[in-house]
Amino acid sequence: MVHGELWTVKELFVYPNEYIYWSVQIVMYPFMTGLVAGAFVLSSLYHVFGIKELKDIARFALVFSFALLFVAPVPIILHLQHPFRGINNLMTPHFTSAIAAFGIVFSTYGAIVASELWFLYRRHFVNIAQPLKEKQDKTLAEWFKFFIFCSLTLGVYDVSEESLKKDEKAIRILAGLGIPVACFLHGYAGFIFGSVKANALWMTPLMPVIFIMSAIVSGIALCMLTYILTMEIRKFLAKRKKTVQPMHQTSEELQSAEITVIRMTAKYLLLFLVFAISLELLDLVFRGYTATKSWDVLRSVIYGKDFTSIFILQYTIGNLIPFILFLLPNLTIRRAVLAVLLVMFGVFMMRWNVVIGGQAFSLSFAGYMHYHLPIIPHDWETVKEGLVGAAGVFVMPFVLFWVIAKIFPVFDVKESH
Amino acid sequence: MNRRDFLKNAAKGIAGISIPLAAIEFINPRELLAKKDGDAKVRWAFLVDTYKCVGCGLCVKACKQENEIPYDANVTRTWVERYVITKDGKRFADTPKGARDGFITSKIELGKDKFQEIKDEEIEKAFFVPKLCNQCENPPCVQVCPVGATYQAPDGIVLVDRTWCIGCGYCIMGCPYGVRFFHPKYHTAEKCNFCYHRITKGLKTACVQACPFGARQIGNIKDPNDPITKIILTERVGILKEEFGTKPQVFYIGLDREVK
Repeated sequence: MVHGELWTVKELFVYPNEYIYWSVQIVMYPFMTGLVAGAFVLSSLYHVFGIKELKDIARFALVFSFALLFVAPVPIILHLQHPFRGINNLMTPHFTSAIAAFGIVFSTYGAIVASELWFLYRRHFVNIAQPLKEKQDKTLAEWFKFFIFCSLTLGVYDVSEESLKKDEKAIRILAGLGIPVACFLHGYAGFIFGSVKANALWMTPLMPVIFIMSAIVSGIALCMLTYILTMEIRKFLAKRKKTVQPMHQTSEELQSAEITVIRMTAKYLLLFLVFAISLELLDLVFRGYTATKSWDVLRSVIYGKDFTSIFILQYTIGNLIPFILFLLPNLTIRRAVLAVLLVMFGVFMMRWNVVIGGQAFSLSFAGYMHYHLPIIPHDWETVKEGLVGAAGVFVMPFVLFWVIAKIFPVFDVKESH
Repeated sequence: MNRRDFLKNAAKGIAGISIPLAAIEFINPRELLAKKDGDAKVRWAFLVDTYKCVGCGLCVKACKQENEIPYDANVTRTWVERYVITKDGKRFADTPKGARDGFITSKIELGKDKFQEIKDEEIEKAFFVPKLCNQCENPPCVQVCPVGATYQAPDGIVLVDRTWCIGCGYCIMGCPYGVRFFHPKYHTAEKCNFCYHRITKGLKTACVQACPFGARQIGNIKDPNDPITKIILTERVGILKEEFGTKPQVFYIGLDREVK
């Protein structure tokens, strides 16, 4: 069977080679990079602009952004027909293509996040490696731990007041540098779509900006969600036994700290949400007003075939309802959880409506294609480009975060900046 | 500084400056433009006479066999479209299986296994339009390929390197004409290349050879004596989707405004 035929249903006049070639993994790709960029921008709000209220969530967001970073290329690799040739993109980049820049943008960004993390956690590494270094009879586990943390120090054991000052400066510079790079990483994902002149729905210069705004929204939402989840677990642990190692706070202390951070972060989320929605609506209004050749078919898709997923799922459930939930006074944790879940759902639907919606009509402007997500897999293709693959990609950063947080403890507040 | 020193230094300075200047070659813009179009003596172009096409689909069949596109796979390098406009102004178009078997029924395929019966007396006008890769002068598919696996040969044909294509599908998305697809066997981007293996050996393309009515013709647009070139230069020909700025090199005689 031809690639794409399995999940595409054609209606009216569609060219014979047209299928929905870019399926759910291409929805996941901008969604995941969006989360990376958003998480990073959130952490930078504290490091660069010194927004003190975000201190607690900033370190958390940075580590999470690092975990997400590894997941961002996974959907593309799963989508490629020749995944093992993916490296060609780095070996022979063809720079007139937006995708060719991926290697450079992605590795630059990765280097920035990694170095920022290193400066942030350098002291922590030294604190662990130093005593182990001096210890004479190390057990195997200790050797292992020593090996990891000794490597992570990169041989620098200087933790004097002066050098830590320098670290702080480096973090600020890196975080500042990271904001444009993070925006570029994601704006460029938008550019991949926005520059396809053959696709009437995608082609708009607003696309990169819309992508960045919704990326920040989703990134903040995910950080809030994960933050709440981890805080709830900590509260639960604090309640169960009074002496859990690195944390000396009581359940009540944690509760008040949590809600302050969440209320503060929610304000920034709202701000970016307003930007994102305004731009999307501007795009829609502009298309309708100028009504070029493609408008007839676009209108039938936007107001007809995709009405539910655009206006009900994305704008109402994904944007309007969480907007109201956040704006109502006395935000509680429970309400925040519901709102951020809806926000993330809304951003996911936005990606869906762009990627799948952009292929919902034929290049002939006289036919339609309907996408049926493979739910129960029956071969490798339906695994990787179906619900299973997409869900796997979504779960991956949480698993990675759990692993990475063992090396970069996000709540071990006292010894890092 | 006295006059002697001044003259000495000035001479040195001029000599010094002139060395790097000599290293710069001044390029004549016209020369550059000529280079851009290539020194190639051949630029392949295609001419479709839609008046002559009867929708038999022999071209599609020949193409599939010649270019080893699995016969039953629902993708094809070339296809034929049928347009029917009824007296009450309704427009229909279809291309069942790319017209591989021709148009064996007068029913219009609407997708989702639905068909539209149109009575002969209701038809205002109807015609067939063969489609194939336009071998654009400004090919968006080449522009968007992230690894350079698809490229334009000096004679204008856009080719795909099956050993280097990563299968991202960006070129498929970038083509406004929908001529690209994934090869069912090789899983790389696939498209019409005017039977490159044939035309470079002086043969005609499989579809041109298979067409019993001479609706399809191929020629070298750089050769003023080529019959195709003469027609393109002297008669009224159209191209598809000019608004995309791709400068397609497949020319149509009798192109209707209804053609998508």
